Amino acid sequence: MVLVQVVVGGLLLGAVYALFSSGLTLIWGMMNFINFAHGEFVMLGMYVALLVVVWLGGGPAAFGLAAAIALFALGVAVYALLIRHVARGPMLAQILSSFGLALLLRYTAFWIFSANFVTLPQTSLAGTIAIGGIYLPVAQVVAGLVAVTLTIALHLLLTRSALGSRLLAVAEDRTAAMLMGIRPDRMQALTWGLSAGAAGVAGALLATAYPWSPSVGETFGLLAFVTVALGGFGSVLGSLYAGLIIGLIEAVSAYWLGAIYKDIVVYGLFVALLWLRPQGLMGKA
Amino acid sequence: MSKLLAQPASGQRVSICLLAVALVLYPLVFSDAFYRDIGVTFLLAAISASAWNIVGGYAGQVSVGHSMFFGLGAYTPLLLYALWGWPPLVGIPAGILLSIGLAVIVGLPTFRLSGHYFSMATIAVAELIRIFVGTWALVGGAIGLQGPAIARGWWDLTFRGDLPYYYIFLAVLALALAVTYALEQRRFGYYLRAIKSSERAARSLGVPVRRTKLQALALSATFTAMAGSLYGVKTGFIDPDSGFGILVSVQMVIFAALGGAGTLFGPLIGALILVPLQTAANTWFGGGGSGATFVIYGGIIVLIARFEPGGLFDLWRRLAPLLRRRGHAA
Repeated sequence: MVLVQVVVGGLLLGAVYALFSSGLTLIWGMMNFINFAHGEFVMLGMYVALLVVVWLGGGPAAFGLAAAIALFALGVAVYALLIRHVARGPMLAQILSSFGLALLLRYTAFWIFSANFVTLPQTSLAGTIAIGGIYLPVAQVVAGLVAVTLTIALHLLLTRSALGSRLLAVAEDRTAAMLMGIRPDRMQALTWGLSAGAAGVAGALLATAYPWSPSVGETFGLLAFVTVALGGFGSVLGSLYAGLIIGLIEAVSAYWLGAIYKDIVVYGLFVALLWLRPQGLMGKA
Repeated sequence: MSKLLAQPASGQRVSICLLAVALVLYPLVFSDAFYRDIGVTFLLAAISASAWNIVGGYAGQVSVGHSMFFGLGAYTPLLLYALWGWPPLVGIPAGILLSIGLAVIVGLPTFRLSGHYFSMATIAVAELIRIFVGTWALVGGAIGLQGPAIARGWWDLTFRGDLPYYYIFLAVLALALAVTYALEQRRFGYYLRAIKSSERAARSLGVPVRRTKLQALALSATFTAMAGSLYGVKTGFIDPDSGFGILVSVQMVIFAALGGAGTLFGPLIGALILVPLQTAANTWFGGGGSGATFVIYGGIIVLIARFEPGGLFDLWRRLAPLLRRRGHAA
């Protein structure tokens, strides 16, 4: 019974990994660009949630929405001010830009919020529920379900809507899309907004269930890399499956081997993947 | 092409000689422990950034996990001392050999992939090693390892005061730069630059791309491990974060990129600017706890990437003729 609880808990957390990883894979797929600051977007989403609860007394719906909007705006701003100018430049500039941004965001957060771990004051999602003999925190269940829903919604937006077609058209061939009357810059700004927004909501969801400090961005950033490497670069559906798998692996290895070894298992998996199947599970070779 | 083939002009030669003399005299002029410490820190940063530059700058393979070589270089001599009392003079070459082995293990699979993958793989491997070392009691776990407290002989490389370290580090820096310069002039250097500008074109022209990248990484790892081992021996202490931490890797990238990645003296110039700045920031803001130094670092990296991806060296190369022309006009 304990193992069932571990597995379900792992899948619920994995769903949140899937949500923020889908943001990373979106930018990779659309722009062939790796955002090293993606984990920091998740971290900022957590602090936005904290500020909304502490200053405005908002509930989960309010701080979830606030994190989405704030990070969407940040994503668009980052694209317009920084990424747009380096995206087609030398590789060193691409890597440095998002890497520098990661440091800037992480240590600004250190400066403002200090290195101490914080938790969200008790929200309406406190308490546990019992489903078929296993006990789960309400916050975790809600976070997992919301994350799965949003990830699927993002997948549908990309594959089933006219907007999604326009985004993919820009990714496929910038010049041809431009000739069709699509503005590539606007589409790519939107991609960055969606990507950061997904990370922000995921951060707000994580904040309801876990304590955090500014350094979690690094952990989540690496987790997103692992998830995207497993799911395939550019595939939102792939990152959904991969997120669930990684949540599961993490939970089970923490349960069997001890909490400190779960990172070794996950990063080891990442290195093995890059070795054996660099295109990921769902990616094209 | 003219930029690639440029030999050091006589003016450049003079400035290189002046720089060398200044570096030799520095600790004699500034004998205060504080300034000598800055000097040693600068040399260490310049060695590791120059080492990173071989693969990250010249070959354009941006590693963000070079701390794996630095840490291995720092841990090996201290571990061999802790286990069997081996002197660091024996442990340092062992650490370098291990780092070359690690470079081959990391390079073989990841160099099949394009650039971004290599960056991600290097981060992941460095993090994996950092966490692994932190949980492994034999290598000191999260607490770390200590070197010889009192020297049994010169082979322990444990000196009182910074002066002997300063000149050892200076010699290693000179060696690293000399090797880089020699490579720059040879076919290997042209291979590296060809790979950087277009891997596919280089391959089609018969450049052995994977082998060249692997050799560059192994050479880069050699000097990075050397820097790490010197750090470990000088500090007499190493823990997972100061050896394998991501910030160790980040510093190498920043120093090289600020000065000019893929130029001989770029990393040195970057270290020359950033090490005093870092010391000043730590003094103003009170230690590393506030993270202010890294806010500045992050800001600098973003600004370089956005406005001067070629680094200060490139900026100077473009500005110098303009300034000279203005000088003639006036």
